[in-house]
Amino acid sequence: MAPPPANPQAYLQSLSRWRPLEIAFWLATLLPFWLFPNYLGLANQIAVAALFALSLDLILGYAGIVSLGHAAFFGVGAYTAGLFSKFVWGEVFTGLIAAALMAALFGYVSSFIVARFRHLTLIMITLGLGLLLHSAANSAHFITGGSDGFQGISMWKVAGLFRFDLYGQTAYAYSLGVLFIVFLCARRLINSPFGLSLRGIRENWVRMPAIGADSRAHIRKVYTISAAMAGIAGALIAQTTQTVSLDALSFERSADVVVMLVLGGAGRLYGGIVGASIFLIARDQFSGIAPQYWYFWIGVLLVMVVMLLPNGILGGLSALLAKWRRK
Amino acid sequence: MLPPIFGVLFDGVAYGMLLFVLSVGLSVTLGLMNFVNLAHCAFAMLGGYVTVVLMRDFNWPFFATLPAAFFASAVVSIIVERTLYRRLYRATDLDQVLLTIGLAFISVAVAAWFFTTQQQPITMPGYLRGSIDFFGLNIGLYRLFLVVVGIAVTILLIVTVEHTRFGAQVRAAVDNQRMARGLGINVDRTFAITFALGSGLAGLGGALAIEIVGLDPQFALHYLVYVLIIVSVGGLGSILGSFAAACLIGISDIAGKYYVPELGAFLIYLVMVAVLMWRPAGLFGKR
Repeated sequence: MAPPPANPQAYLQSLSRWRPLEIAFWLATLLPFWLFPNYLGLANQIAVAALFALSLDLILGYAGIVSLGHAAFFGVGAYTAGLFSKFVWGEVFTGLIAAALMAALFGYVSSFIVARFRHLTLIMITLGLGLLLHSAANSAHFITGGSDGFQGISMWKVAGLFRFDLYGQTAYAYSLGVLFIVFLCARRLINSPFGLSLRGIRENWVRMPAIGADSRAHIRKVYTISAAMAGIAGALIAQTTQTVSLDALSFERSADVVVMLVLGGAGRLYGGIVGASIFLIARDQFSGIAPQYWYFWIGVLLVMVVMLLPNGILGGLSALLAKWRRK
Repeated sequence: MLPPIFGVLFDGVAYGMLLFVLSVGLSVTLGLMNFVNLAHCAFAMLGGYVTVVLMRDFNWPFFATLPAAFFASAVVSIIVERTLYRRLYRATDLDQVLLTIGLAFISVAVAAWFFTTQQQPITMPGYLRGSIDFFGLNIGLYRLFLVVVGIAVTILLIVTVEHTRFGAQVRAAVDNQRMARGLGINVDRTFAITFALGSGLAGLGGALAIEIVGLDPQFALHYLVYVLIIVSVGGLGSILGSFAAACLIGISDIAGKYYVPELGAFLIYLVMVAVLMWRPAGLFGKR
């Protein structure tokens, strides 16, 4: 370990320096185009889930807000993108921005509620708001199509050039590009003074206001940003699969994303991406064997992660790495 | 003749009593240890399956299976508490949520393995079937039985907590755990006993619930939401709070389904969010 840098600016800069492993990681995300051309649909799902997990990481991993209703923003983004393509036009990037704005609006309004609570009440409030939106969407059959799903999305070619094809080539490239751009923003955010104060709030939210960081205002900001990112993830799934079903808002989706994030390692930028990859690849492999017992293995995994790997897979790996370096 | 609203109210209260028996254990243990146990309804489901197996394969009468459901859930909960839960009392909310929801997932899959995903119907004894006529209202005998059980459990719990030595220890530990330890109360033991009793009550609730809501492996997750709503609306560690919240949620749910069926479960979520906005610690909560 290098000695800690002398001044705060140098410290923040040292955090945001690109490491060779990171560059290798992002280059590796291009491999599916050549290695697994038949699995690009799955790769697209992983990219979307990774973006969704990254958005949750901002509030859960960094600010310490346990949310069991994050699918609300995913669903708002998905339905907004769907409605936008049906009633405005099928251009993808404006649809993405519309979805992000709508999800951010929902996030901003609910952040005033969320920032007031801690502990169990907070978990229940996020869960309640998520379920509330789910049953509202179910009742609003005339807008969302209810349990039949939202039909009639048709997308233009991306940038006027690339049609969404059957193999998912365009879909994966598009989602991966959006994931990378949003990831850069999240990386910048986390390695800023704002990101540092979020970690401070996670560790002690009573003491942070005493050093000049208003916990509630910070939570409101990060919650809104996180909601916008989740909305983008939802919009991606709506645009690339061209359907939206009610399960975009479901409790299972909220629970799955928490599992993915914790599996990979919460409070780490790559935790959500690694967790989403492992979760979805494992589900793809196991579902062929025993579909209804999938959740048994999820449960076992959760118990093991909590008991043996408190910081997720990435946390375990970096602990191993640190041990190996000390030798 | 009474107007039909009384029928809705009665069904709501009966449903509320069921939810109360299911949730009161979680409320007390949460108040005691701040331990978020999302596997609570898995213990309830266990009680339900014990009743099903005993009635169907061993021909036990319904009433004899109820204590068995209680004890089975209590014993299993003690084993889980001693082996897994006690290590996480000082862990973060997130770790507790993850461990216990993981156990709930496992219980769902295990139940599906042994009993398939089908509903498990049981035949009630004749004296609990049918209904009686009360000033023009049709009152289901089983629902009447639920109300009686709910009130009996409430009285029993309140007497235990208010008028016994053990109850005084529980109250002291809920109010101020460190002070209680300082006075020589063995809080860990108190907690283990309370936890077993609460899980046992959940098992009893699971057995009672079969006739009303059915029993399938999704029970552990589906009713968890109801139980958590009641616990947080009622306030942690408060028996009367759970009772009031269970009645409120039961009546809202039944009335919502009766008068505005298109809203579905919207109403109870709305009630919960509204109550928590008004009183973040719940109706009777102290913290």
